[in-house]
Amino acid sequence: MDAIATYALRLGDDSLILGQRLSEWCGHAPVIEVDLSLTNVALDQIGQATHFLNLAGELEGKGRDGDALAFRRDVMDFTNCLLVEQPNGDFAQTMARQLLFSHYQELLFAALTGSKNATIAAIAAKAAKEVAYHATLASDWVTRLGDGTDESKARMVAGIDWMWRFADELFAMDDVDAAAIAAGVGVDKAALRAAWDSRIDAVLADATLSRPAPRRATTGGRIGRHSEHLGHLLSDLQFLQRAYPGARW
Amino acid sequence: MAHHRPPAPSPASTAHAGEAPAVHMRATLANVPDPEIPAVSVIDLGIVREIHADRVVITPTYTGCPATITIEQSIRTALDANGFADVAIETTLSPPWSTDWISDEGREKLRAYGIAPPPRGAAAASLKNQTAADCPRCGSSNTEELSRFGSTPCKALWRCKACAEPFDRFKCH
Repeated sequence: MDAIATYALRLGDDSLILGQRLSEWCGHAPVIEVDLSLTNVALDQIGQATHFLNLAGELEGKGRDGDALAFRRDVMDFTNCLLVEQPNGDFAQTMARQLLFSHYQELLFAALTGSKNATIAAIAAKAAKEVAYHATLASDWVTRLGDGTDESKARMVAGIDWMWRFADELFAMDDVDAAAIAAGVGVDKAALRAAWDSRIDAVLADATLSRPAPRRATTGGRIGRHSEHLGHLLSDLQFLQRAYPGARW
Repeated sequence: MAHHRPPAPSPASTAHAGEAPAVHMRATLANVPDPEIPAVSVIDLGIVREIHADRVVITPTYTGCPATITIEQSIRTALDANGFADVAIETTLSPPWSTDWISDEGREKLRAYGIAPPPRGAAAASLKNQTAADCPRCGSSNTEELSRFGSTPCKALWRCKACAEPFDRFKCH
């Protein structure tokens, strides 16, 4: 895959893996409204993934579509950031992950609406409206849990603490980003950091939480170096196509 | 996917001789219901963006809406049955679908069906649904949001504090 196809692939992988993670909550959330919320967010992410991965397949030009890329790649070929593959943990940990990612994704998609790749621009414009809802949902819950009981606060602190080390990777840039920016297709993710910081700080302040101390960033997802969690997720996601290759509904 | 289409009865241009095919296509599509909210048609919802003699352009509501495939199949079936088997269906993402495209007639049908229609001037300005929904049953504006995510991607769950009935509200989008 060339840089532009890889750029689309990374966008799709982020959405796909987060969508799969969130769907694990289906039937397990604390109350039915939360169950519906999490599965709706999952559905939006998987919808975005379908569009981005189909585009990556088209740009690659080897006859792979979104399904082929989702179901028939191995763990090292996935390019999602490490944040989205992190286990759901408890509800607070899930909301911590959602807070960090949705605000990033909302800023990213807003910027990508100016992409010279018309398909990426169209997907971003459409998805930005959905992601705004996700960011609001996560902000509301982080605030409610952080500014809640001693128990909910302790869990929220632990959730943010767990996810924080994966935040830097969201804004990391490499050769793929440079090529995509040079082509007018990609955006400078590092430039989104200041706006993201101020959004997250505002939510944490509302939630009576402190920003965790800076720590060494954990990265590698973009080049296929994943935590052990992703393989387990894929064994679930890809079971049918691995057991029955080429099976269709 | 291999769909076995019935043989085309006759070209669209001659099936309705003397009248613009687009007019007939629009009338045909006005009878194609949304699979999840059958009270409204794909025309009411603003899903059909363009109608030409040889093609119809549609747009998905939400990127992950599972009804998207069903909608396309329903439109295909309706077009085929009305002599428009050669009319292609194209999908576009841009400009993104907005609840502002739901027609006045569609809004009234939603209300009658028990779903509060979305306020106009949607998108960012009223994203948080800060304006209270009017209860589709009793009309009261003494209502509250229970959950911003409801039974389908396009709906939020509300409750009327006057008549105590829960109801769906079409989300601003």
